[in-house]
Amino acid sequence: MGKTIIPIGPYHPLQEEPEFFTLTVEGETVVDIDVRIGYNHRGIEKLSEMKTFENSTFVVERICGICSTSHPFAYTRAVEDIFPMEVSMRSKYIRTIIAEGERLHSHLLWLGLAGHFLGYNTVYMWAWKLREEILDVMEILSGNRNNYAMFKPGGVRRDIRSEDIPICISKIDSIVPTLVMLKKAVLDDPVLHARLKGVGIMSYQDAIDFSALGPTSRASGVARDVRKDSPYGAYQEMEWDMIVTKNGDVFDKAVVRILEMFETIKILKYCLNNLPDGEIDAKIKDVPPGEGIGHIEAPRGETFHYVKSDGTNRPMRHKVRAPTFMNFPTYKATVKGQTISDATIILAAIDPCYCCTERIAVKDDKGRMLYNGQDLIRLSREKTEKIRQRMGGK
Amino acid sequence: MIRQELLLDFTSRFHADILDLEDKSNTRVYVNITPESIVRIGNYLFRNVGARFNIATATDMPPKIEILYHFIVEDINLLISLRVFLDREKPEIESLAKEIEAFNWIEREMSELLGITFIGHPDPRRLLLSDNWPEGVCPLRQDYEEWDITADRTRGV
Amino acid sequence: MSLKLKALLKSPWVFHLSTGSCNNCDIETLDCLTPRFDIERFGMLLVGSIKHADVLLVSGSCNRMSVERMKELFEQVPKPCLVVAIGTCAGSRGIFKDSYNCPVPLDKIIPVDVYIPGCPPKPEAIIAGAVKLIEKVGSTL
Repeated sequence: MGKTIIPIGPYHPLQEEPEFFTLTVEGETVVDIDVRIGYNHRGIEKLSEMKTFENSTFVVERICGICSTSHPFAYTRAVEDIFPMEVSMRSKYIRTIIAEGERLHSHLLWLGLAGHFLGYNTVYMWAWKLREEILDVMEILSGNRNNYAMFKPGGVRRDIRSEDIPICISKIDSIVPTLVMLKKAVLDDPVLHARLKGVGIMSYQDAIDFSALGPTSRASGVARDVRKDSPYGAYQEMEWDMIVTKNGDVFDKAVVRILEMFETIKILKYCLNNLPDGEIDAKIKDVPPGEGIGHIEAPRGETFHYVKSDGTNRPMRHKVRAPTFMNFPTYKATVKGQTISDATIILAAIDPCYCCTERIAVKDDKGRMLYNGQDLIRLSREKTEKIRQRMGGK
Repeated sequence: MIRQELLLDFTSRFHADILDLEDKSNTRVYVNITPESIVRIGNYLFRNVGARFNIATATDMPPKIEILYHFIVEDINLLISLRVFLDREKPEIESLAKEIEAFNWIEREMSELLGITFIGHPDPRRLLLSDNWPEGVCPLRQDYEEWDITADRTRGV
Repeated sequence: MSLKLKALLKSPWVFHLSTGSCNNCDIETLDCLTPRFDIERFGMLLVGSIKHADVLLVSGSCNRMSVERMKELFEQVPKPCLVVAIGTCAGSRGIFKDSYNCPVPLDKIIPVDVYIPGCPPKPEAIIAGAVKLIEKVGSTL
């Protein structure tokens, strides 16, 4: 059978960033995949070298809208590692609260989009509606729905008012029943089991070889979580579990994320209830020459920042590594051998900051258009529908 | 394996290649090694010790270019950074991407942003910069100057 | 032309284009569709193909690679087409002004009708911007 090249992207209406894939397919099966990134490259590392240590926090916040806590968190930890110094307990707790709030809304966002790709638009709307509650909490705590600007080297920029805490806790509590319902709807649905199990498997060895991170690796049985491995923030203060599953398929990645949300709620509530008193800012003045590394667990995996200082008030070198940079190349292992209708959800399953699934155009050898992006989502949904009918559903 | 044993084993195994070892803190170790040994040491850390490859960071520090390969040993929370210095005029180093997939993208990134040649890289295409970016212009070098005469640096609007 | 514009304003279909943004603006645009804001009440619909679009929502700081694609896409939009710049990046590139990969601001590349400032603008602001766009175009007819 002749090979067909499918260019995907770079533009698509539902996801965020543009990215360009080339899928090579034989019939229905994907035999090769390649990606061209760079539609989003803004030279942040260079920009950061032009800013002072304090101002760079705002630059790194704008690396990614959904990870707008992870990057400043890792960056401030990298600057503090130059000294090295520890921040006060209260600012550790506040940092943890903001980071976990972000994890919660990020996982909900992913869950919604995954539902959308599979033809479960109800899940999409529910998850995003729940996400609004979390954004409200973040707005109460920081003053903005995204880009919280809470972090600075040496502490946090804003304190949490004690009268806000009960409002936040009640808001978080209010989403739990719906979250439980969503969990049941997703995990106990036989259609989803049939649709997602065994799809896009990443083996344990692949996860090691690609140095996969975060939920992507934990779904393949690699117990890898910076919060446990090299504790930071307030994560050692309370009991929580790392969710690890074995199969490495799309279903397990969903399971890891859904169960992790409950752990996150646990951590959030503990931190809000046990917020210690104290200073929130160490008021650091000059950064000595040297180098520092900060790495933290973002919703998608480890975010890694390296800062080199030459004694001036600007970083001499600032290297940013987002989790998707390591997770993304795993598509080489997971997409090959799968069908086109599964490619969308597999690419989405690693929760890239971009899942280029819409505006996909399928062309044959002569460049004739066969499918476009909506067709691919349609294919994905039709497969779900077929499974549903086979199982005697509606 | 505890920290001390690991470091002792590491230094005795590669004592000829290690130029300098800086034990910065409980969780950070910087090891200065010769560029020729990077494949051997990187492979050893990744395959035998079971360290995870974090990332590599390259810095332009005239007259040298420095590359740091960060590995983390997760069980004992130790971040080992291998430091190599390359000649700035002709920066070349053996590629690790041939054997370990995780190095693939970062080596492509370093080669376009800092102009480092990775010998034997399986897929030496551009990663981030656009196709009409001039060859040989490396934005993260210290002496980078704006080449695009059409660029507009005013506030606009 | 004006008849087409008038028809367009009844239910503007939007296509969303990110030119190297941090995806906050994009997420907030998507948020407009979800139950709390529900922009579809006003007849606005996010469409999957540029060929169906009446309004182009552009976010991001126009980096070198995506600018080429954006020009191509702008040529494919059926005219008349209105362009909305969402966020500070699309307006003036904000902190990315001096970036080596973001050479030219959006309004020097394609004509922009409405700017919605903010980093990111809240969904309410995006809806208000859309309403202002309709008013502005409606008043010229």
